[in-house]
Amino acid sequence: METSLNYTIWILILPFAAFVLNGLLSKRLPNQVASAISIISILIAAALSYYLAFVYFTDIGKAAETFMAIKAFDQTWLRFTESLQIKIGFLVDPISIMMLIVVTTVSSLVFIYSIGYMKGEKGYNRFFAFLSLFSFSMMGLVVATNLFQMYIFWELVGVSSFLLIGYYYDKPSAVSASKKAFIVTRFADLGFLLGILLLSYYGNSFDFLEISSDNGAAVSQMGGITFMGMSVLSWALLLVFTGGAGKSAMFPLHIWLPDAMEGPTPVSALIHAATMVVAGVYLVARMFTVYSFGAPDVLEIVAIIGAFSALFAAVIACTQFDIKRVLAFSTMSQIGYMMMALGVSGYAAEGLGFTASMFHLFTHAFFKALLFLGAGAIIHSVHTNDIREMGGLRKYLPISHITFLIACLAISGIPPFAGFFSKDEILAAAQMHGMIYFGVGYLVAGLTAFYMFRLYFMVFWNKNQPAESKVHESPSVMTIPLIILALGSIFAGFVPFGNLITTNGQVLETEFHVSLAAATVGIALVGIVVSYLFYAKPSDRPERIAKSLGGFYRTVYQKFYFDEIYLFITQRIIFGIFSAFIAWFDRNIVDGTINAIGWLTAWISSRIKGLQSGQVQQYAYVFLGGVLIIGLVFFYYWMR
Amino acid sequence: MIKGIPFEHIMIFSTLLFFIGVYGFLTRKNLITILISIELILNAVNINFVAVNVYLYPEALEGHFFALFIIAIAAAEAAVAIAIFINLYRNIRSINIEKVNEMKN
Amino acid sequence: METYIFYILAGAILIFALLSVTTRRVLRAAVYLLFALGSTAGIYFMVEFLFLAAVQLLVYVGGVVVLIIFSILLTSQINDRLEQPEWLKVMATMLLVVVGAGLSLFVIREYDFNISETAMTAPTVSDIGLKLLSYGPGGYVLPFEVISILLLAAMIGAIVIAKRMKEND
Repeated sequence: METSLNYTIWILILPFAAFVLNGLLSKRLPNQVASAISIISILIAAALSYYLAFVYFTDIGKAAETFMAIKAFDQTWLRFTESLQIKIGFLVDPISIMMLIVVTTVSSLVFIYSIGYMKGEKGYNRFFAFLSLFSFSMMGLVVATNLFQMYIFWELVGVSSFLLIGYYYDKPSAVSASKKAFIVTRFADLGFLLGILLLSYYGNSFDFLEISSDNGAAVSQMGGITFMGMSVLSWALLLVFTGGAGKSAMFPLHIWLPDAMEGPTPVSALIHAATMVVAGVYLVARMFTVYSFGAPDVLEIVAIIGAFSALFAAVIACTQFDIKRVLAFSTMSQIGYMMMALGVSGYAAEGLGFTASMFHLFTHAFFKALLFLGAGAIIHSVHTNDIREMGGLRKYLPISHITFLIACLAISGIPPFAGFFSKDEILAAAQMHGMIYFGVGYLVAGLTAFYMFRLYFMVFWNKNQPAESKVHESPSVMTIPLIILALGSIFAGFVPFGNLITTNGQVLETEFHVSLAAATVGIALVGIVVSYLFYAKPSDRPERIAKSLGGFYRTVYQKFYFDEIYLFITQRIIFGIFSAFIAWFDRNIVDGTINAIGWLTAWISSRIKGLQSGQVQQYAYVFLGGVLIIGLVFFYYWMR
Repeated sequence: MIKGIPFEHIMIFSTLLFFIGVYGFLTRKNLITILISIELILNAVNINFVAVNVYLYPEALEGHFFALFIIAIAAAEAAVAIAIFINLYRNIRSINIEKVNEMKN
Repeated sequence: METYIFYILAGAILIFALLSVTTRRVLRAAVYLLFALGSTAGIYFMVEFLFLAAVQLLVYVGGVVVLIIFSILLTSQINDRLEQPEWLKVMATMLLVVVGAGLSLFVIREYDFNISETAMTAPTVSDIGLKLLSYGPGGYVLPFEVISILLLAAMIGAIVIAKRMKEND
């Protein structure tokens, strides 16, 4: 069995090779060759992933009606002690395969789409090199066998995200956005690292399987040690979740995600919608056994933060006018959904939330990538991000229109589109856990439908702009990925997730709640109808509502002033008070000491350089005088 | 062993010769005269070796051989030194030691 | 008799050495050196180190001094007089030399030399040759070879240094 999985390493090697090749030869390769290298490598990786998924789910994965976790390989890389070693491996289990499918599929389509979108851009080859790097790191993260490997690829993903957000590096806003994304996620990753260290220190292992084995018994002794009222295990898991929250743009570490939209739209689709931002969800899911048994209190926090982020982002999304920012907040909201689902989930038979979360992650990847790519096609055609300047585009962009509509229906949870099934399961799980989560989820479902259709109607209907004749449909390299993703958004919901991905690998019986489904669809329809009334035709209703809400509307529009709060904290408090002192200390005490040493050395040398006269006889005088002095001293003591 | 000559006298003699050499080495400016001073110093050392050999360790020959090797080294050193002096003289038309500080820069 | 000869030789060596380091004519300095070295050979004869004395005469008097005289002829005019060293420099050197000599003499006076009573058997040339090439205990083959290499290196070095300027001339 081990040998039969050796090919899995190519899933990682191929995109990395494409990155190295494109990165090193970016100046020499013609654009077509560069993109071909990246696309072919990711297509092969995708094919291998699909093959792996097929083999796993039909053949090798199942043992005694349970999906097992298999290590395709696990190479020791750093060896600290007998029990504490860092390995690089390839873990095959249902969720890693699911993520591999998502990553390779979305990556392949985004890569192909980028041929059209990035055509003629400066640094075309560099773009493909970075995309390949991203795919490599994301897959390395997904298949990590241990926490440390995951951390390494986690940071690599962060770097590629940084590079791609700052792709237009001559644009100051892109540069500051990339810095912001990097710093915020890096800050969160500090928590992750601390969590890893705590876990490995007490649990004596980085390995996911060992940590989760026997329902987390390996680390359960940590439960006994408490610190500030919480067990060390809880602290460690909370810190790990901090890292995940940073990557997944959970409140209050979400501030980087809207700005990250400065990157090219394919990047937003791939990284900031479908794959990287769900890494946090994936991380919690990967450690779910430990969370579930070791620290239910932390899971509660996960659920609260997820629910709050979902609501928070959905409210903001209703007020934004930049098409990509609306989608960014929508992403944040949907990831909040996933987090909430994980948080409310139990283990084994109560593990509906887990399955639902993974399911939603899966379907979300399709329709959110589709939304972003569609938005990219629109931006590509009309050269603006502001939806107030769009309108009536449905005649000019027929394919984009239909696919965008499908995605909107999917995200709103209208059957039979993908989002309906996963959202329904999440709400069912939330209902089992507590009514407040259900209430929030239900409200967010309505808001989601509202803001998505607000976007849809403002872009494609609402003929307030005489559409220019220049606007035309994108080339087929861009529309074909859209169509494929649209098909995915339609059919992804029919994947029997309950049979495939569960907390313990055994089949989970999911039941279909007609009343719940009807209620969800109902509120989604309400949202759609409201947005139809507001935005389908040009009207002043939205303005009037906004006026009547007054200060609240402005607060929401300014994203609850979170950026300003952060700025205040960082600039005024940290930079202004603490850093000022540290900087003063650094400049005057630390640098001053070093400078003084340097200055003293220079001064002494300038004084004594006359001794190095080059006159041999002077040296001889000094030498002989020295010998005589030593001799005299020596004999003085000898005579005593 | 020279009859009637105390060991100390030979030592005093070689010491004086040595310091005459040192005096020359320190005061002379012409490189060739400095080389001459060095030869005097080496000669004093040789005498010392021989005297110690003869007076203190008559059964051994270490001092004798040391003197022999020192003569060989002195010859080699003189040959190289004079080659350098001649080359130097060609370059700067002088063999004054005070002008030989090119290595300083 | 031998006593007097030794003192005469020693005195001559000291005087010649002193003249050699103080004369203002370079060529004379070389000639005084020649006398001093030759007289040293006499001292070697007195202790019956005949081979060493011969080497002293051959290498020093026949080689080094001749080399020095050649270099003098190549680098300076015969009639040139060396400049007198500065008074201060002479005084400083005298001070150093006197202190150094005083220290050494003091040590010689204080130290209790362990004079051997056995008479020296003068080494024959064959003794010396055997010892030089012996690799057993007390053999000198290693320093001998090292000296050979050194002489070779010095020879090559001297040739290279003295020759190099030809292209530039």
